Amino acid sequence: MSTLSSRHLIYVVMQRDLKLALRRKSDTITPLFFFVIVISLIPLGVGAEHETLKHIAPGIVWVAALLANVLSLNRLFEQDHADGTLEQLIFSPAPLSMLIVGKVAAHWLLTGLPLTLLSPVFALQFDLPASSLLTLMVSLVIGTPVLSLIGAIAAGLTLGVRGGGVLVAVIVLPLYVPVLIFGAGSVDAAAAGIGASSHLSLLAALFLLASFFSPLATTAALRVALEY
Amino acid sequence: MLEIFNLVGVRGERRLFDSLDFQIMPGCCLSVEGENGSGKTTLLRMLAGITKPAAGTIHWKGHPLDQQWCEYRRDVLYCGHAVGLKDDLDATENLQIMAALAGVSITRSRVCEALHKVGLAGRESLPVHALSQGQKRRVSLTRLLLQPSALWILDEPLTALDRVAVEWLGNVIDQHLQNDGMVILTSHQHLPLVSTSHIIRLGS
Repeated sequence: MSTLSSRHLIYVVMQRDLKLALRRKSDTITPLFFFVIVISLIPLGVGAEHETLKHIAPGIVWVAALLANVLSLNRLFEQDHADGTLEQLIFSPAPLSMLIVGKVAAHWLLTGLPLTLLSPVFALQFDLPASSLLTLMVSLVIGTPVLSLIGAIAAGLTLGVRGGGVLVAVIVLPLYVPVLIFGAGSVDAAAAGIGASSHLSLLAALFLLASFFSPLATTAALRVALEY
Repeated sequence: MLEIFNLVGVRGERRLFDSLDFQIMPGCCLSVEGENGSGKTTLLRMLAGITKPAAGTIHWKGHPLDQQWCEYRRDVLYCGHAVGLKDDLDATENLQIMAALAGVSITRSRVCEALHKVGLAGRESLPVHALSQGQKRRVSLTRLLLQPSALWILDEPLTALDRVAVEWLGNVIDQHLQNDGMVILTSHQHLPLVSTSHIIRLGS
């Protein structure tokens, strides 16, 4: 009864993480609340000038998504490391990179996807036109998986390090810069009438690159972290 | 058959053990003894492939491990120092996930049956955080009944177990050895075994 196909294993790990998240809802919802609050604070600080808000909206939503993502990264491996289940995952005969794909997919479903779905509601506060809202959502759908993938590497590297939470942010935020530029840029380009397709293609290219390299890099990082 | 040649264990700057040589034949139990910090867990983690040895080679069925990790892990069951259970899931879910990761799919009813055998009847659906330390250890050891493997690597399996459970574990290990299985374990307590076990001492 050996069922070791990679697809099945990705599914097993994903299902496990989703089930755990449902049992511990507060951990899952906190980053989403953080996202909502950051977006809502900006108009209060900048002032309610119509044109300014409209202009900075895509950037604000994207930066808030980045920060919310960083906030949720400690959930990825830390608890598994503490209770010894990560050791069991590593000992599995399945390739570790496949298990990581499952974990990252679950992480995206729990942070990236809800952020994307929430974003148009809160971007409305900035009076973005409907066409820009759509571009914003598409850019988030392609961009947030890249954040989860890159974040997994950093989460693996800082596993078991004291003060790892802050270190993750320091490592990962600079790496998020290209995603931020093309993500926020796509909405600006669409609003300026140039068309967002070039920005979105570049985001998609980043996604492909990250989905190939991230599981391998994360595997290496986790193996080093578990050496001791 | 598991053979170890010239294994060296280093932790930080400290050399834990030097040129360790031993082999385990089918039907044999190896007990690793030594003081706290003498490298027992490190040795077991090396045999499980989680920590890399500083030097030396490990052969499984006559071939070096580096060429056959996947096959080796399918043949081996590793129970680490931590119980390795998710607190928010119940015992059955935990065991089913662990079996699925090892490539074995088992039904809920089979898991429940095994849990009855270790004396956890009626606790199958409780989240693991509601169980005592000893009960958690029992859940983790239930894998011995569910995942057929030739070699068991058990790190301190007796921690927090009561006398009945210790006796149960002794019986299960005896049976495994009679079926030509192999066991490597560390323990500070005495494990009642019918079969003889070889002992290696670390740190002497």
